[in-house]
Amino acid sequence: MTVQTPIYLDYAATCPVDPRVVDAMLPFFTQMYGNAASRTHSFGWTAEQAVDNARAELARTLSADPKEITWTSGATESNNLAIKGVVEYVQSGAEGTRPHVITAVTEHKAILDTCKYLERHGADVTYLPVGPDGLLTAEQVAAAITPATVLVSIMFANNETGVVQPIAEIGKVCRERSVLFHTDATQAFGKVPIDVDAMFIDLLSMSAHKIYGPKGVGALYVRRRKPRVRLAPQIHGGGHERGNRSGTLNVPSIVGFGEAVRLARESMAEESARIQGLRDHLHDRIMAENEHVFVNGAYDHLLPGHLNISFAYIEGESLLMALKDIALSSGSACTSASLEPSYVLKAMGLDDELAHSSLRMTIGRFTTREEVDHVADALKRHVTRLREMSPLWEMVQDGIDLNSIQWAAH
Amino acid sequence: MAYSDKVIDHYENPRNVGSLDKDDVEVGTGIVGAPACGDVMKLQIRVEDGVITDARFKTYGCGSAIASSSLVTEWVKGMRVDQALEINNGQIAEELSLPPVKIHCSVLAEDAIKAAIRDWQAKQAQLEAQAQGTAAAEAHSS
Repeated sequence: MTVQTPIYLDYAATCPVDPRVVDAMLPFFTQMYGNAASRTHSFGWTAEQAVDNARAELARTLSADPKEITWTSGATESNNLAIKGVVEYVQSGAEGTRPHVITAVTEHKAILDTCKYLERHGADVTYLPVGPDGLLTAEQVAAAITPATVLVSIMFANNETGVVQPIAEIGKVCRERSVLFHTDATQAFGKVPIDVDAMFIDLLSMSAHKIYGPKGVGALYVRRRKPRVRLAPQIHGGGHERGNRSGTLNVPSIVGFGEAVRLARESMAEESARIQGLRDHLHDRIMAENEHVFVNGAYDHLLPGHLNISFAYIEGESLLMALKDIALSSGSACTSASLEPSYVLKAMGLDDELAHSSLRMTIGRFTTREEVDHVADALKRHVTRLREMSPLWEMVQDGIDLNSIQWAAH
Repeated sequence: MAYSDKVIDHYENPRNVGSLDKDDVEVGTGIVGAPACGDVMKLQIRVEDGVITDARFKTYGCGSAIASSSLVTEWVKGMRVDQALEINNGQIAEELSLPPVKIHCSVLAEDAIKAAIRDWQAKQAQLEAQAQGTAAAEAHSS
């Protein structure tokens, strides 16, 4: 069977919008176009009702209350609001104190750069290291908590590797020590079950476009009871979203987000099993058909669709170039603007060479077995070809230890 | 990264991939770069009567690193050694229309050909020294 190309295997970057989501959104552009804040006519009431329905879908998926959902423009804004919101609220109540935040070195830049900003604005931040498997422990978090700690922010699952952290255990430690717990669940939300009470989560960031919804809409879960979380708003204005986030609501996108969440929740068990089956098949073929390949991250702690593999002695960007009809991403420096290889993989102890040689393959709702087989075939062919072209591979075949060579850095 | 057609052509149909016998006195070998930096080039030349008659490369690196080394092997074949020493990275970058972030790939290719020539020159100097030593020894013994 021939496969249609290009093949999309980058679902962790973004997803196509599910056609059912598009259908749900369309009437809200041209027919039900009211402002959800308009209280004086049916256009406004209809829009508000649609927004409330979507809010209820998100809340139900998290076992939360709809009043605890704040709409945002995406997970980056949610992360900014959660972290700056908590820290600045504390600072506003007690001038001169330096609140302390705990996070991890493998977090997304939306967390790390927000934390760096806070370090320049009167806060202290601890960046916890991870193990070679990409995992943190609750004990590490507990040991880092000080009397000044106000917030712990640990991602639910990593975007590059798919490694899922022990969220419930970390949450429990935070609750016991009366420290707020935020998790960036951009990759995990809608893919694995999440219960904010059972996992002791106080704030949780979400994004629509990672689960077949539209881009440009996200949400932040903000706990209202036991404990009540208070935030300093980051966008000021008309007092929408209980004052947490002003701005006219993006009704069509919110409706789409709600529908995407409903579909994800209702098909989660079945879809996870199918996607994981494809991922395992791809993994098994790559490991069986190629030598010197390594999975990055603890395989039994991964999200169902994630697979990050280093192909030793091949530079990642050249492999991407070979796989030009397949959409993938790489931890190679050559694919990043900074020319630095993946900081996530380096934090897991990978040497630069293996970080340069990594590929991230992420499988999703519309991936087929034929596509996965096509990718495995192409990988085998090009890995062989590029290794025949690789001086490092030649040295290794000749029995030379690459670490014994004095490389000239450039 | 959007590459020029020339980079894609060299990447997909690399010229002169392979190895020459590094112990051959006519062969010069240059290895430059580092795995940690994401690119390593091995470039080899065979020199007969001062002219480069063959060139081979192997490269670990991105598409433009592979293309730069492929292009250089194509250029140096048939050149005299002194001509090959004049190749500079600007010519390589221009020929391949490399974007600014990839200029270092052309620098590496220039370094590789210079390193290969230096290796060949060192071998020749050693041969000459040996020949003189042998001649002196023969003169002494006679």
